[in-house]
Amino acid sequence: MTAGLRLWLGLGTALAALAGLSLCIGAASLFSGDLGTGWLIAVSRFPRTAAALLAGMGLALAGVVIQQTVQNRLVEPALTGTPEAAMLGLLGVTLIAPGAAPVWKMAAATASALIGTAGFLALARRIPRQDPMLLPLVGLIYGGILGSAGLWLAWTTDLVQYLGIWRLGEFSGVVQGRYELLWGIAALALLVYAAADRITLLGLGETQARSLGLNYAQTRTLGLVAVAAITALVIVTVGALPFVGLVAPNLVSRWRGDNLRANLPLVAAGGAGMVLAADILGRVLREPYEIPAATVFGVFGAGVFLWLLYAAPGPARNG
Amino acid sequence: MIEVRSLSYAAGATPILHEVGLDLAPRGITALIGPNGAGKSTLLHCIAGLARPGAGTVRIDGLDPFAVPDRRRARQVALLQQSPTVASRLRVAELVGFGRWPHHAGRPGPEDARVVAEALTAFELDALAARPLDTLSGGQRQRAMVAMAYAQATPWLLLDEPLNALDPRHARDLMARLHDLSRPGPDGRAVVVVLHDINAAALWADRVVAMKDGRVIASAGADEVLRAEILEEVFDTRFEIVPHRGRQLVVTL
Repeated sequence: MTAGLRLWLGLGTALAALAGLSLCIGAASLFSGDLGTGWLIAVSRFPRTAAALLAGMGLALAGVVIQQTVQNRLVEPALTGTPEAAMLGLLGVTLIAPGAAPVWKMAAATASALIGTAGFLALARRIPRQDPMLLPLVGLIYGGILGSAGLWLAWTTDLVQYLGIWRLGEFSGVVQGRYELLWGIAALALLVYAAADRITLLGLGETQARSLGLNYAQTRTLGLVAVAAITALVIVTVGALPFVGLVAPNLVSRWRGDNLRANLPLVAAGGAGMVLAADILGRVLREPYEIPAATVFGVFGAGVFLWLLYAAPGPARNG
Repeated sequence: MIEVRSLSYAAGATPILHEVGLDLAPRGITALIGPNGAGKSTLLHCIAGLARPGAGTVRIDGLDPFAVPDRRRARQVALLQQSPTVASRLRVAELVGFGRWPHHAGRPGPEDARVVAEALTAFELDALAARPLDTLSGGQRQRAMVAMAYAQATPWLLLDEPLNALDPRHARDLMARLHDLSRPGPDGRAVVVVLHDINAAALWADRVVAMKDGRVIASAGADEVLRAEILEEVFDTRFEIVPHRGRQLVVTL
């Protein structure tokens, strides 16, 4: 058995075990007979499990794409103003057309996320590269400004409650009929994987990538669309999940490097598994109450972020 | 043959290149020298089709680099930028492998594997092949980048200050390697290299192009350009020429 096959068998088993656990855990017992087992799984448990896996996979991939695009691995979709921009779009559509179908809300969120992320990329081109900490800080401030605009808008229009829901990602509200948009992430994941080599080339910087024959502008736009659409999908259906796009790509990169053709599936599986694990933990830690998955992941993610900062492989020495 | 005609380039309102006209021979090493800000890097970027000039034309073996598809251009000319800041954790062999991207676009074949193996050996990278780039020293990373550009297997290889970060032995070895692969022959490449070390140009270059303030001051054989009066005009400092084993070395005074 090759090392690669062993790795995938192990990962597949772990993901299947997590998914199995997620299907079994919940307020109602699967086998008490009060509710039909099949009905419970189809309406609540399977959607919730699938939503956690899809959201985790999507955000992890979006993290890789944005990191390669700006050549900075301390950046993730939550540090680029993307979620705040998506929320602004959602607020806008809620104000203008409160009864709009989810697809239209989704479209508005994606469009504003695109504009917001493009704004961040424009900023990133003007930030000197010497200190990698600078860009995430700029992203934090940029997101803060967009977020404040959103809060002001929500405050003046009595929509602050919505903002609270979008800001804190959790899966307790996921039932059949309310999460299916997330399957769009599966399609976007395939698109990103098809462009794996091109996205790796983005990570070499514009001059080197173009010298190797990459259509840089086109690839950057493709990445931008993927990041904005994935983030918007997650915000609309389950709310923001910070740190996922930072943790999964960085752990895989430390372990296996940055050849995305080989490693993107690992990043996707890692993000999916970690978000599902966070959701399961949130369900069992304080039964019968639930802790939002974003909160559980935030504790874990912040720890990993600190580790990344202090245990950096370091700017390679000169010599 | 690279033909540059009346090439002008401006960054915003700041003119960088003025009506540059230049012919580059299709074999050997051409060294591009000149003070900081002379426009050497910009000229390389324009030739490689990466910076679109405001006026003028570039032809690489008759090819207009701005009119052909990106990958076609990348099979004709390779540019290695100055001090590339690469944050990627690609392994050395993977990076060099990406030099083949314009040839295979994602589906490498046996020929690609052969060229990559040859490039790794040529630049003494076999022992480092599995190392991630961010664990290398500046000089090792520089050699990996040159190997990538080499693996691109283009008739034209443009290198912007490749000796940065290299110690004397590796600098010498790189110039010797460039010298070998630029000799006339079926696989001979043309190498255009920006050098700050004038003596590296004196020792290894067949031709020298001296630039100042966005203009070409002199373009000829190394011995004709590396003369005290030309160097003094270009660099605004005094030089003495010291003959050494049939070459002319340069000392600043």
